[in-house]
This record gives sequence, C-alpha cells and structure tokens, in this order.
Amino acid sequence: MSDLAKMRELSSSVCIVGVDESDELGTLPGKSQLSLHVEAITNAVRDAGLKVSDVDGIFTAGQHSPATIGEAIGVVPRYVDGTTVGGCSFIIMVGHAVLALHHGLCDVAVVSHGESGRSGVGVSPRRDTALPGQFEFPYGFGGAPTYFGLITTRHMHEHGTTLEQWAQVAVSTRKWAALNPKARNRDPLTVKDVLDSRPVVWPFNILNICLVTDAGGAVVLTRADRAKDCAKRPVYVRGAGEGSEHVMLTQMRDLTFSEATRRSGEKAFAMAGVKGTDFDHIMLYDAFTSGPPLMLEALGLAKRGEGVHFFAEGRSTPGGKLPINTNGGGLSYTHSGMYGIFPIIEATRQLRHECGARQVPNTKLSLVNGMGGMLSAAGTLVLSNER
Amino acid sequence: MDLERPLPTPITPECRPYWEGARDGKLMIPKCRACGKPFMYPRVACPFCASRDVGWVQATGRGKLFSFEIAHQILNKAFKVKTPVVLAMVELEEGPRILTNLVGVAPDPKQIRCDMPVEVCFEKLTDQVSLPMFRPVGGGAR
Repeated sequence: MSDLAKMRELSSSVCIVGVDESDELGTLPGKSQLSLHVEAITNAVRDAGLKVSDVDGIFTAGQHSPATIGEAIGVVPRYVDGTTVGGCSFIIMVGHAVLALHHGLCDVAVVSHGESGRSGVGVSPRRDTALPGQFEFPYGFGGAPTYFGLITTRHMHEHGTTLEQWAQVAVSTRKWAALNPKARNRDPLTVKDVLDSRPVVWPFNILNICLVTDAGGAVVLTRADRAKDCAKRPVYVRGAGEGSEHVMLTQMRDLTFSEATRRSGEKAFAMAGVKGTDFDHIMLYDAFTSGPPLMLEALGLAKRGEGVHFFAEGRSTPGGKLPINTNGGGLSYTHSGMYGIFPIIEATRQLRHECGARQVPNTKLSLVNGMGGMLSAAGTLVLSNER
Repeated sequence: MDLERPLPTPITPECRPYWEGARDGKLMIPKCRACGKPFMYPRVACPFCASRDVGWVQATGRGKLFSFEIAHQILNKAFKVKTPVVLAMVELEEGPRILTNLVGVAPDPKQIRCDMPVEVCFEKLTDQVSLPMFRPVGGGAR
C-alpha cells in the first residue's frame, strides 16, 4: 500500500463531534489555567452529547501534561499525547487523534487547551532559555512581536507589501468580530485606525498584534461510525498534516516562507484529496496581521507576496467570496497564547451551520491552518460536513 | 554593577568559544571540518551533515542586514537601553544568520534598508563579556 493510500484510508474515518470554549473568555483573574481546561472539556463533551467518563484519549499541549488533565477530570486514559510545538499543537493533535481513534487505541478523544495568558493564574514561569538567553535576550528580543517583526520587514523588502496591506487584515477580521457575541473587540476599525495606533515594534502597531486573554477550548472526536449517535451534525476530518522546521528564527531557511506550513498543507490536502482552491471557508492563526497572508502563500493558495490580496476588496469579509477568520480571530475575538484550538472550534461551528449572524451560507469545506512559534511548526486540517 | 542589558545567560559549554572570542574582540563561529560549512548557533554536530568534527574560525565580521525592526517597548525588564532600539538579523558573509542590534544609525525605517552592508563592533558589558553588535559599513548616519 502506498503512503498516499495509507493516508487516504484515514480520511473521514474520524469526526469532530463536540466543541466549546471555557464558560467565559477574556480577563479572568478568578480562574486558574487548569480550570479553563476543565470548563472547556466539560462544555465540549456536553456539546457532543457524551459524558466525561466516555473520554479515554487525552491530548493537550502547553504547561499541563495530559496526565494532569486526565486527573483533573477524573479519567484514567487509554491514550495520551502531549506534543507541544507551539500554538498549532492542538491542530496537529487532531491528526494524532485521528490516527489513535482509527486504530482503536481510544474511542473518544478530547483535545484540550487552557491558558491564563492575561492574568497568569496557576501558571508556571519556567521556560527553556538556554539559546535565547545567550543569543537573543541581550539584544532586547523576547516576546513574539520582536521575532515576527523581522519576518514581516523582510517580506516588505522582498515583495513590496505595505503597512496598509497588513492593516487590511485587521480590518477584515474585525468585521467578523462585530458579528460574534463572544469576541472581545467588536467596534468598527479602519486602516487608518491601525496605522495610527500605538507603535510597539515597527512594522507593528498595537492593532497589528493579537489580543492577550484568558481562555480555554476543547474539541471532542470519535470514529465516524460512532459519531452518528452524537448530539450534533458530525464534522469529518478529511485531511490532517503537520510540519516542524525550526525554533530559533535564525534557523528558518527562508524568512518569508514557512516550510513547516507548506509541508503541513501538502499532507493534509493529499489525505483529503482536495486542492487549495476547493475551500469555501478558511481559518488561519492570526497572532499578527502579516501571519495569514504568509500562511496562504506557504499553503500554495496565493503566489509569494500576494497573500495580502485575499484581504483586499472585501473578499475575506462578511458577504465576501472567501470568508477568512470568521470568529474575529486572535486579533479581535480571543488569543490566550496558544490560539490553535479556537480556529478548529469555529470551523466546526460553521460546518454545522450554527453561527447565526456570522454564518457563511452553505459552507461545506473548511481549511484550518495554524503556526507554532514564529512559523516554526504548523498544522493543517481539512474539515467538511460531508464525507 | 548596573547593566543596561541582560548578560548572555547561561553561557553553555558548547558556546563558550563564541563568548571568549567576543570578549577578545573577535567574532568566532563554528565550522564543520567535514563539509566545510560554517554555522550558528554553536552545537556539537554540524546541522548540515551531522558530522561531529566541528571546529572554530574567526568570521570577517562583515555581512548584510537581512532584516530589522524598531522596538518602541521592550518586554524584558532587564533590558534598559533607551528605546527606540533597532533589533536586527544579520547574515554574515560566511552564511550564518544571527540576531543583534544595529547601532550607529537613526532608529527610523526610512534610514535603514534590508541588505545594506554592515560590520561587527563590540559593546563591552563586563570584563568577561562583550556583545557583538553591527553598524553600517562606513559608519552610516552616525
């Protein structure tokens, strides 16, 4: 059996059957990080019409191990996965869960995220700083904008992209946030507002950078045969792919093109048997306004330097031909630090057609792509409400 | 001792020749003896061919400004240099890229361009530690 045939066998064998956030999102000094996990899991399991005791596969990334999460919800899991490669880890884990469920290593998998990113309640300060402590921190680096800014400046140099074009990404995303009652920032936004906002690290002003919030999210998966008995319309995982290239930004082979993203997309599209032009809904990890355009380029949906065109002329906005980041994104809805669970939740809700004012009409095929670190790792999912 | 910058911490054993070189005003970089390629950051095996036969060479200190950004605020409280500061990625003539600060130039995106030629200079932090920094070749708009 060829590699491709083996991958295709996994396509649509597993469904997302439950999704939800923690009870609240935003500034939550009264809740620990672990509580955000537990709230999200109990909510998502209820959304699926299942019980917490049905869960036997636990997938999580970040500061808490899957052992901690299992213990917190009173489950002794048959399968655990704690792959932590940045904010896209949860997207990658959907692929890992497909594999484990397909082969019967577990029956009900939960992918869980909880992060007290704003309030820092129940958070461990420990980090591996051996390399950045020597080669980056003495120069003032530290914090994601000081790395992604370098990627963005180089992109402007190589492709002539402009501050106005990055600002359009924030404007498009805010239009969706206005339609999402759970979004933190919902007021109208213009390109000028973004350009006039407080400078942080040129080329970024504060409105080019994601929110910092406290939030949890969880996704429940089971095999397609069992999914039929769950509460909501199943969403098929038609394709899943991952990639990991670098950690230190100096090690990125091409500073304006993510090899990790390219590989994750190539695998996910091959497994699903789709092309980049097939999607009618797209969710991209928007920690910075320049992120989504670069992801579209690395995924092959846009030529190099042309990802920004997706956000111009109303294409990506409500009523546009190709809606992108319909929850309001990390830029305007929520961003706890490792954002990757939230685009999966939104894509699932869109494919179930339960999004109210922001529902994309008749959407059938959704692309979810996220990065870890600074385009360092990546996960891509192809999700559909049809097999 | 009241430093404007965090010292490189921890100096790991495989990186010590880099920091000893910087202390003496030399930009030392690892170079694979098997495939001949220089690389950064220092490690015990070559990232190109995995050979364990790694030595050190002195870099010319010349390179180009691969990318830059202008920090108006710094999250790290141990970094007290007055902002705005130019944070930079330099591609050394030998190939490897490193993060650094661009000095000797106004912190203005109109005055700085990617690919401009730069050269190393050293800022002494303590008797034991100097930090490689870069400035435009010819002194720039000093």
